[in-house]
Amino acid sequence: MHILVLSGGLSHERDVSLRSGRRLANSLREVLPDSVISESDVTAETLQVISMDKPDCVIPVIHGAVGEDGSLRNVLESLGIPFVGSSAQAARLAFDKGVANSLVPQENVPRFVVLPQSFFRELGANSVIDAVVSDLTFPLVVKPLTGGSALGVTFCLTRDDIPSAMVAAFGYDDHVMIQQAVTGTELAITVVERGDEAAALPPVEIVPVRGMYDYHARYTAGHTEFFTPARLTASDTQHVTDFAVSVHKVLGLRDISRTDLILDAEGNIWFIEVNVAPGMTETSLVPMAISAAGLSVGQVFGELALAATRR
Amino acid sequence: MSEQVGSRLDPWVDSYAQRAQGLTASAIRALFAVASRPEVVSLAGGMPYVQALDTEIFADIAARVIREQGTTALQYGSGQGDVVLREQILDIAAEVGVKSHADDVIITVGSQMGLDLVTKVFCDPGDTVLVESPSYVGALGVFRSFQCNVVHVEMDDQGLNPDALKHALATHRNVKMIYTIPSFHNPAGLTQSQQRRDEILAIAQENGVLVLEDDPYSLLGFEGEIPQAIRARDDHGVIYLGSFSKIIASGLRVGYVIAPHGAREKIVLAAESATLCPSNFSQLTISRYLAEQPWREQIKTFREIYQDRRDSLLESMQALMPAGTTWTIPSGGFYSWVTLPAGLDATNMLPRAISELVAYVPGTGFYADGQGAQSLRLSYCYPDPERIREGVRRLASVIEKEIDLIATFGVSSPNPTAPTTFNPFTNLG
Repeated sequence: MHILVLSGGLSHERDVSLRSGRRLANSLREVLPDSVISESDVTAETLQVISMDKPDCVIPVIHGAVGEDGSLRNVLESLGIPFVGSSAQAARLAFDKGVANSLVPQENVPRFVVLPQSFFRELGANSVIDAVVSDLTFPLVVKPLTGGSALGVTFCLTRDDIPSAMVAAFGYDDHVMIQQAVTGTELAITVVERGDEAAALPPVEIVPVRGMYDYHARYTAGHTEFFTPARLTASDTQHVTDFAVSVHKVLGLRDISRTDLILDAEGNIWFIEVNVAPGMTETSLVPMAISAAGLSVGQVFGELALAATRR
Repeated sequence: MSEQVGSRLDPWVDSYAQRAQGLTASAIRALFAVASRPEVVSLAGGMPYVQALDTEIFADIAARVIREQGTTALQYGSGQGDVVLREQILDIAAEVGVKSHADDVIITVGSQMGLDLVTKVFCDPGDTVLVESPSYVGALGVFRSFQCNVVHVEMDDQGLNPDALKHALATHRNVKMIYTIPSFHNPAGLTQSQQRRDEILAIAQENGVLVLEDDPYSLLGFEGEIPQAIRARDDHGVIYLGSFSKIIASGLRVGYVIAPHGAREKIVLAAESATLCPSNFSQLTISRYLAEQPWREQIKTFREIYQDRRDSLLESMQALMPAGTTWTIPSGGFYSWVTLPAGLDATNMLPRAISELVAYVPGTGFYADGQGAQSLRLSYCYPDPERIREGVRRLASVIEKEIDLIATFGVSSPNPTAPTTFNPFTNLG
């Protein structure tokens, strides 16, 4: 079997994606010594390479736009190239945090609004902010509508923090999401389809050593403490894993996804986002969950690649 | 619930030295991964335009080095460096008025290693180093790694300001060094006049403080005479750092330190501790190149290329940059220092610039104390003039959008992803 791992691209998360791609490809080589595992950046030549080499399966590990917004998956579908992961349509739904937050059960979604930059210009930023915050309770979180790795995300404790947070978020996207911040146990739950069933792997609990789980805390080993499986009661574990599987199904996701959520002190689940091309770096959450399940990254993605070729 | 032990993914997390605490992942640094893509006009990295070199010449020299001096090239060598190359370096140093002896020259793995060694030899944790405002990001990284107290001293249009230097010396204790880049400053693009150099040297001498002179660009001036080094006026009070990276080839990683006798002895011993010896192969390659090739002609070629690119940058900025944007006019070297309109933050603007396929280095990287948010460094050394024009066009558009954003919200943004340390040269490929 020839598997092509695509990573990189031009998104703000290119660096993370390249590292994810290298790690995934090496893991596949360990478990599939007889297969050809190639790697490629996403460039103007990518589609030509795919057309010429005709890999049996593509694994897109591109974070951010192109990789997660459905566009690359759309083209792969058009070319009839099997690939691991969600369809273009499902990826599009998951990529837009506003859409994803609208599709999951609303009792699990912190209150939010999504607004474009032009809206603030047209109606006056202060008026819009005043209107928005009148219906929300601080602290709030301001984030770009798309993208990951906490880039452009700011926690706002007061009204005065909002304008500068907007400027930071609009650096990454022309829409922002302003959402009620939720406190509790931060969890990442990987859902994998092995065989016919989507099943959750052990939840990963995230405890930043200091401050928030920002880019720095995500990618500097030692700056966050992870508990895998999460320190949850059996019923809470069942509760959150069921929820992640339901998100996977509601959004029509395929093969693998990672749902990020917060479990508050009252046992309520708060959906944050779902990723269709989750990070696979040394400090990423999905490899931890896979390992805690007694599996290897190469094994899981090798199975998913084989399943993709049979679709 | 059980007393489960978590993992921090690094068993040594509590064992690192204090000086390593700032060595962490940075979103800004990660953004530079995109800058290496051909779609992006990178005005970020200070990469010499090595395409102007005749690589066949280097292929021939490298082959002969191995064929004729193979057992030397492939063996350990002197910790101080090859004596023939040290003699040749004296010819280059003479171009900037530095007269020395080969015994006082130490070959290093780029002048960056020289910076590291001099700091190691002179500075204890807490010692103060006075640097220009802004200063070279690689030097700041070295000073931080030795836990120095870095104090920025104001510059004016002639570089380091003497009154500000006097004030800094009067108000800070344990000042061990004045670190300066007198010619075609990185990142400011400024050059000290001869009078200014004399003033700075006099102040250093009066206060008994060493001058660490970093001089990689002085042969890359576009007009007038080659600026004469501060060390040309004082063999004992100035340690001079030179480099082949900008005038021949950065990939060979050969630089040098010229130091007074006592310091030289310690620097050689420190160099041996760090690397045992610099690469014989690189040294012999450079040495043959200097002996056999018209290197002054090659430097002239580089000068012409860089001047053309500098002109392209300045003309494009003049034509396209939004009102309120200002920049320095370099008379040599690689860089112009751009100050954005009030309220803009170059670090926060970088993601938008990357989205628009243009890269620069935010100004905060050139300060140890968080200044520089409103500034950025543009390098014109690598892209051709047409790409530079396109890069400036994109950047001007980004700045205009940022002005609009700031006007909409009435503020500049905070800097949630500000790097604690980052080196813009590392990730540029």
